[in-house]
Amino acid sequence: MGIQIDLDKCVGCGDCVPVCPFGLLEIVDDKVQLKEGCTLCGACQEACGYEAILIEAVPEVEAVSDSHQGIWVFAEQRNGKLKGVAYELLAKGRELANTLQTDLSAVCFGHGIDEVNRLIAHGADKVYMVDSPDLAINQEDLYAQQLIELIRQHKPEIVLAGATSLGRAFIPRVAAILKTGLTADCTGLDIDTENRLLRQTRPTFGGNIMATIICQTKRPQMSTVRPRVFKKNEPDEKRKGQIIKVDFNRESITSKTKLLNFVEDLTETVKIEEADIIVSGGRGLGKAENFQLLRELASVMGAAVGASRATVDEGWIPYSHQVGQTGKTVCPKLYIACGISGAVQHLAGMQTSDVIVAINDDPNAPIFEVATFGIVGDLFKVVPMLTEKLKG
Amino acid sequence: MNVIVCLKQVPGTAQVKIDPETNTLIREGIENVINPFDTYALEEGVRLKERFGGKVTAMSMGPPQAEGALREAVSLGADEAILLSDKAFAGADTWATAYTLASAVNKLGQYDIIICGRQTLDGDTGQVGPELSEMLEVPFVAYVSRIEEIADGQMRVQRMVEEGHEVIEAPLPTVITVVKEINVPRLPSLRGIVKSKSAVIPVWTVPDLGVDQNKVGLAGSFTKVIKVFFPQRVCQGEIFQGELGNQVECLMGKLKDAGLV
Repeated sequence: MGIQIDLDKCVGCGDCVPVCPFGLLEIVDDKVQLKEGCTLCGACQEACGYEAILIEAVPEVEAVSDSHQGIWVFAEQRNGKLKGVAYELLAKGRELANTLQTDLSAVCFGHGIDEVNRLIAHGADKVYMVDSPDLAINQEDLYAQQLIELIRQHKPEIVLAGATSLGRAFIPRVAAILKTGLTADCTGLDIDTENRLLRQTRPTFGGNIMATIICQTKRPQMSTVRPRVFKKNEPDEKRKGQIIKVDFNRESITSKTKLLNFVEDLTETVKIEEADIIVSGGRGLGKAENFQLLRELASVMGAAVGASRATVDEGWIPYSHQVGQTGKTVCPKLYIACGISGAVQHLAGMQTSDVIVAINDDPNAPIFEVATFGIVGDLFKVVPMLTEKLKG
Repeated sequence: MNVIVCLKQVPGTAQVKIDPETNTLIREGIENVINPFDTYALEEGVRLKERFGGKVTAMSMGPPQAEGALREAVSLGADEAILLSDKAFAGADTWATAYTLASAVNKLGQYDIIICGRQTLDGDTGQVGPELSEMLEVPFVAYVSRIEEIADGQMRVQRMVEEGHEVIEAPLPTVITVVKEINVPRLPSLRGIVKSKSAVIPVWTVPDLGVDQNKVGLAGSFTKVIKVFFPQRVCQGEIFQGELGNQVECLMGKLKDAGLV
């Protein structure tokens, strides 16, 4: 297993060198050389016109059973309210189901959820609803075992879930038990119709590289998707669907962990995940007190306050405000970046916003590359001017 | 208290730049480091040892050069370190990685807590910790920001969720992933540095773990990367010109036209 370079076949043309996403290939004495760190991605093999690079083929372990049919979306709820990501996944799931000419189902665990019909209006053909007081709060152990049981019983070919703190914690456990592949944090999903495969595209290396990933030999194909990456569809109240109530068999499921308490973070009135407008600050603010400027602008706009990782690391603002790869992904109608240079990790969390305004005194800041509108100037002048104009 | 800390060596990608000519990552001058999130895992392990006694074992799967990260872990307080390295491990997805780590944990024997970072800086999945817990059939708690108490074979921790934090109780042994809020990692001590230089770091290979070669590395991975490319950023933005007041005026006009203000 691994990469083999046949130096007899290598002519030293160098065609493979630029395609290596990790920059591991170089030409030394007219022959290619490979440095440590190869991930066997295969980009160089494709680029080589002389068959000098070979990545040993993986033996097919077992054929995929055709008995797996349908697409499932895990519809996450909290406190009886469905999360936005459930509807976003239904929109994408609907598209995939249409391509595959199969059913779209939502799976929902909780207690007394009154919006279950909305899952149908947003695209589900079926809803598997497991209602029990035990499931009212997010109980990962119970969720994992219940989902495994349902997947084994109904055999979907694709399962999608939100890459929320719940989804990222319990979906990998489901995949581990089902012995199937799981791709984290996808930003693109489409179908290879010829092979009926889900192509899962995700950012990696801090957003510097995109990778498209498939799961050929196992079912279901599983992905987590960050909230706010896909857009939800307008609900169609006339859509017909079936709600299938599944009994929760508490006795057969064991919980190893116990939730003792939940403490809500109440630092801000508008949460960045839900905000239509976000005013966000970076290192250019200089100190914690200067976030006040942004809070004033945010308050006249009815906006939430976001932040770059640098400001959170400095302790200027709590982590719950952090936008980016290790913070939250947001997709507001308007994102105003003030004094944010725009590291790829930050861009990964906000570049799908509808309109991006960048205010920065460095004209070469990468944030201007994604900005819809840019002002090269001192944020300490620009932000108060904006606040004044909006008040007026 | 026997603690196992799983860590990964990654390129310190914070300063990663793309060469506009060749469109590849510029790697020159980028050092390999312990995945930043794993340094919090290591620090927490060392703190647990200081509170309760026992030992901390750092474990990493990677190429031979990953030994450097484990030596650093010893300088930061790990008592022992084990490198899982074999050509057959290359190209592993999260399932195959977790399987390999689980095999090594089983070989190592008794433990109370396994600590991982919340995710790596390069792969970014955060999946290895939870997958590892299922393979070992022990409880799992993600995003731990504080270990409140460990007593009578139970641990009580705080973990971060979007809306705030939860207090969770889990019986030992258990697997947790930690967030950076949990501690401030220490710098290496002089004694640690000296110790790290002479530390013997065993390398465990496929035969050492007694694993099936078809379950590790690329062969054991259910997911396969079929294409790798660079994100295209189309710059079509409008940078306003002229006097600052006019620029703000222009921006307001555009935002009004778009119905945003």
